[in-house]
Amino acid sequence: MQGVAKRYGGVRALEGADLAIDAGRIHAVLGENGAGKSTLIKVMAGVVQPDAGQLLLDGRPVAFESPAAAHAAGIACIFQELSLIPDLSVADNVAISNPPRRFGLIDRRAQRRMAESALARAGAEDIHPLALVKDLSLSRRQMVEIAKALARRPRILILDEATSALTAADVMKIYSVLKRLRDEGLALVYISHRMHEIAELADDCTVFRNGRSVATYPAGTKSDREVVELMIGREYSAVFPPLAVRATPGDAPRLELRHLGWNARLDDVSLRLHAGEVIGLGGLDGQGQRELLLALFGVLRGTTGEVLIDGRRVAISGPAAAKRSDIGMALIPEDRKTEGLMLAMSVRDNLSFAALGRLSRVGVVDGAAEAEAVARMVRLLAIRSDGTDLPASSLSGGNQQKLVLAKWLMMAPRILLLNDPTRGIDVGTKQEIYALLRQLAEAGTAILFYSTDYDELVGCCDRVLVMYDGRVRRELAGAEITEHALISSALNIGDDARSARAAARP
Amino acid sequence: MADAEATARRGGTSRAAWRRHVDPATLSAFGCIVALLLVGSVYSSSFLSPEYLLQQLKVASFLGVIATGMMIVILLGQIDLSVPWVVAVGGMMATAATGWGPLGVMLAIPVGIACGVGLGLVNGVGVAFLRLPSMVVTLAVNAVAQGLMVVHTGGFSPQDASSPAMRFIATGHSLFGIPNALLVWAVVGAAAVFLLTRTTFGRTVYAIGNRERAAYLSGARTRTVVMAAFALSGGLAAFGGVLLAGYASKAAQAMGDPYLLPAIAAVVLGGTSILGGRGNYLGTVAGVILITLLQSILSVMQMEEFGRHVIYGVVIIAMLLVYGRGRRHSD
Amino acid sequence: MSGDWPYRLREHRGTLLAFLAFVVMFAIYASNHPVGLNANVATTAANKGVLLAIVAMAQTLVVLTSGIDLSVGMVMVLANCLASAIVVGSPRSTALGVLAVLGVGCLCGAINGLIVIYGRLQPIVTTIATGAVYYGAALALRRVPGGDVNASLAEALTGQLPGGSVPASLALLLGVVLVVWLPFRHSATGRAAYAVGSSELAAYMSGVPIRRAKFVAYLLSGLLASIAGLFLTCITYSGEASAANGNTYTLYSIAAVVLGGVSLFGGSGSAIGAIFGALMFRTIGDLLFVFNLDPLWQPLFQGVVLSAAVCLGAVRLLRMRNRLDLYG
Repeated sequence: MQGVAKRYGGVRALEGADLAIDAGRIHAVLGENGAGKSTLIKVMAGVVQPDAGQLLLDGRPVAFESPAAAHAAGIACIFQELSLIPDLSVADNVAISNPPRRFGLIDRRAQRRMAESALARAGAEDIHPLALVKDLSLSRRQMVEIAKALARRPRILILDEATSALTAADVMKIYSVLKRLRDEGLALVYISHRMHEIAELADDCTVFRNGRSVATYPAGTKSDREVVELMIGREYSAVFPPLAVRATPGDAPRLELRHLGWNARLDDVSLRLHAGEVIGLGGLDGQGQRELLLALFGVLRGTTGEVLIDGRRVAISGPAAAKRSDIGMALIPEDRKTEGLMLAMSVRDNLSFAALGRLSRVGVVDGAAEAEAVARMVRLLAIRSDGTDLPASSLSGGNQQKLVLAKWLMMAPRILLLNDPTRGIDVGTKQEIYALLRQLAEAGTAILFYSTDYDELVGCCDRVLVMYDGRVRRELAGAEITEHALISSALNIGDDARSARAAARP
Repeated sequence: MADAEATARRGGTSRAAWRRHVDPATLSAFGCIVALLLVGSVYSSSFLSPEYLLQQLKVASFLGVIATGMMIVILLGQIDLSVPWVVAVGGMMATAATGWGPLGVMLAIPVGIACGVGLGLVNGVGVAFLRLPSMVVTLAVNAVAQGLMVVHTGGFSPQDASSPAMRFIATGHSLFGIPNALLVWAVVGAAAVFLLTRTTFGRTVYAIGNRERAAYLSGARTRTVVMAAFALSGGLAAFGGVLLAGYASKAAQAMGDPYLLPAIAAVVLGGTSILGGRGNYLGTVAGVILITLLQSILSVMQMEEFGRHVIYGVVIIAMLLVYGRGRRHSD
Repeated sequence: MSGDWPYRLREHRGTLLAFLAFVVMFAIYASNHPVGLNANVATTAANKGVLLAIVAMAQTLVVLTSGIDLSVGMVMVLANCLASAIVVGSPRSTALGVLAVLGVGCLCGAINGLIVIYGRLQPIVTTIATGAVYYGAALALRRVPGGDVNASLAEALTGQLPGGSVPASLALLLGVVLVVWLPFRHSATGRAAYAVGSSELAAYMSGVPIRRAKFVAYLLSGLLASIAGLFLTCITYSGEASAANGNTYTLYSIAAVVLGGVSLFGGSGSAIGAIFGALMFRTIGDLLFVFNLDPLWQPLFQGVVLSAAVCLGAVRLLRMRNRLDLYG
């Protein structure tokens, strides 16, 4: 790819991006969220068309107007959002783009054989080809997705954060599968922001930042620190507001969980969160951290165990109950575009939405009070927009997240839950959010947040609870919280439990 | 959403802000109204006379009341296909109430509306609590309502007469000769505008239509609002039936059937997105008048019935192709 | 392969349930019928059932792509009126007439499909509007009820098969299934239709031919609706542009689809399930007659049955654990 550029409505996702991929090597692409990696991959896979630049295959220029065209050229891609059809079987999905045919109709038996061999090649022989995809767990689905890509006998295989949904056992399988494919001569492009994965797999690395490729080097020739600096473009020293030294709180914790459980995803979680305290949830992705936050907010049904607010037992039936003033909870959800905001509605309407009850009398909205509250919040959080009447979709990612925060801060919550709040946000806004969280904690808000960013956990939290498989396995407090401790806890726990359970996992 | 994205692409200037206040679909709907009036005047000079226009507005009022309820439901991103027989229930129950003695005569209108609200609540429970697709729920309620009315009337045309009050609001004139029906629509419309723009209910309706997930996670009482919206739609449809019964002095079998398609068409032609979350009442007003005028012109032109249906469908498709299109995959 | 049965069962669960329910209903009906199940009774019942079944199949094709076709009853009415005008006379003109009727059905389906695909309009509003157009066309053909149909064709389709006891309409139904549904189902385009209904985004990312799948689904739907219209002409020996009839069949087709285990969200279910759903729905309607209940109660009874079928869709709520799953 040379000089590829792509705009998305005023936001340059890619600008002058260059990438060269060779056969028989695993090429890792690194970058922060929002650096353009996903867009690059979508261009390569034919899902979107670039505004400028060109793609060269074997030295000849090519253009892919659709995913089908890219498939035909031998490029297979495994996305983060899976491309599997839930209501169809595994075999149907694997053979979906080019099923074997007989007399114009699909040859089911040949298709099944094709599926079985693709599943075997992907290390997933235990998945039955007739199972419906919607009945499979996320991890199994990811394996099917990989099998599907392999069934097309591609020359180039692209994986976009492909291991984020996998169980630990499956991750190891995938590593060996990928290495075997590389040895067979396939060219692989692997996108990730996890250093240990890159270290394990990559032959070459390219770093993306702000939509362009800033460095390409063979794996292992740069230290982690150097790579991170390339990724964020400046000296690696994220500035976190200093943690206040607090006196040991004597009274009842603002939020207490006793043996909280849910389905198979949460098991016996207990914690105590005091006013002014910031607790982080750590551990590998998908160990129940998100479910814990949802459970607290009343979104999950069938939870066991007890939740106590200020020492009183409460039963929270849903977000409407959670935001009541006697409980005072707020949740910044995982996906700001689909869960945090109504993108087509104005900034003002979004901002005032959670607090609408307080800004109105007998159901009628008090326009003046609303305008004043909105203006106050915009100032407080420094939300940069061209006007509060414009739709929320016109804001940048960082400002959109601040909008979600502002919406909830209007309720003056006593307990703030955040689900990976700085994912995909530019560094400057991240700093603003850290400072805000610190301010809120000092004013007495109890904060519980889940983050996939180790630096945040280190810099923001008084305590970190490392979770594995739905349980809190380790608690780190104060100076114990270091990146090293977090990573090793997450992985070590994984190791111990993995060896004990590797066979039993479906 | 397409609208918002397009606005964002233009750079988010004050020009875009202005544009948001004047919906292009509404403007074009009014433009079409003017065009229709001109076309009509070619056929008959009395087409532009105040009496005729007032008459048109009176006829439009019945559709207007019904379309108001439909609009609220469509704003949610749902649809109410139970309108035909809820209208009939409203008319038939109101006229039946007049047969229950003097108390019944007084309460005829509230009884009719209450029946509609009841059926609307059933719709609401199905959609909000059972999370069933509104299309099927309302179709089922429509079928049940029809069944109930068939049993009630014994299959014959209902013989009960409308109460004097019903006749008054549907056919009378007050205030400078303005038809009462039009006043009724004006009141209903004003209330709808207030509801949609100035209350938490209205805000929540738009939010749910935009992104129900986000509305739920923001702590909005989405289930209550959905139920209330369907109850409102049922009540307004029944009220429309009451008005129709007042106009004709009695109810009739299948009296609501000719109102379903026009109600949906009026709402959609007025710029309300069928997917929900976008639309304003002025557009619905324009859509209602547009549909009514279209039907009038077709009868003035002495177009045969078949031509009316064909032109109807074609006009709706044409308008939608201009304003109601979805997005491409590659966007 | 012994391990396959649980999966095959899962895949066809809706259809199997519909089949079982129908068998039960029909057993109740047949055993309580005052006259007993002779050839004439069976033929009359079969004719009505098959008519709805074909319309239900037409609806299924569109519903699979997560659309809805509210014009299906009107296409049937249009075909009915057209057939009453041209499916007459010599065997040659009859045959040409039949072809023309089917062609018109395909045209209607194609128009629906093109507007939905290239106009990117929602199927619900599109088909409401096109339904009006098709009804107008039907009215233009038959301002008043009338017309005729080739008698030997009508008798052949609505009578019994040679041999005396099996209704010919069932053979027609079987023929339609074999010639239209099964090839579609097992073709790549048919599977693409399922994919589109299940997740259009995933289908796009997988390179599935979305437009072709939708177009063929709508086209075949129109074809089937016109077959139903032709069959209706054979039953009534006339053509009538009845809006009430068209709307009724549209509504009942949706009921049949729901009863037949086809998901209204698209992506799962089978036209065969819809057939049993239709037969079941018809049988339930006739149960009133069999039990000597006042026919006045029939519309209410059918409405209640439809409501109960619709509520079956709420069963998934019982297994829901994360409320966010309820909000799309």
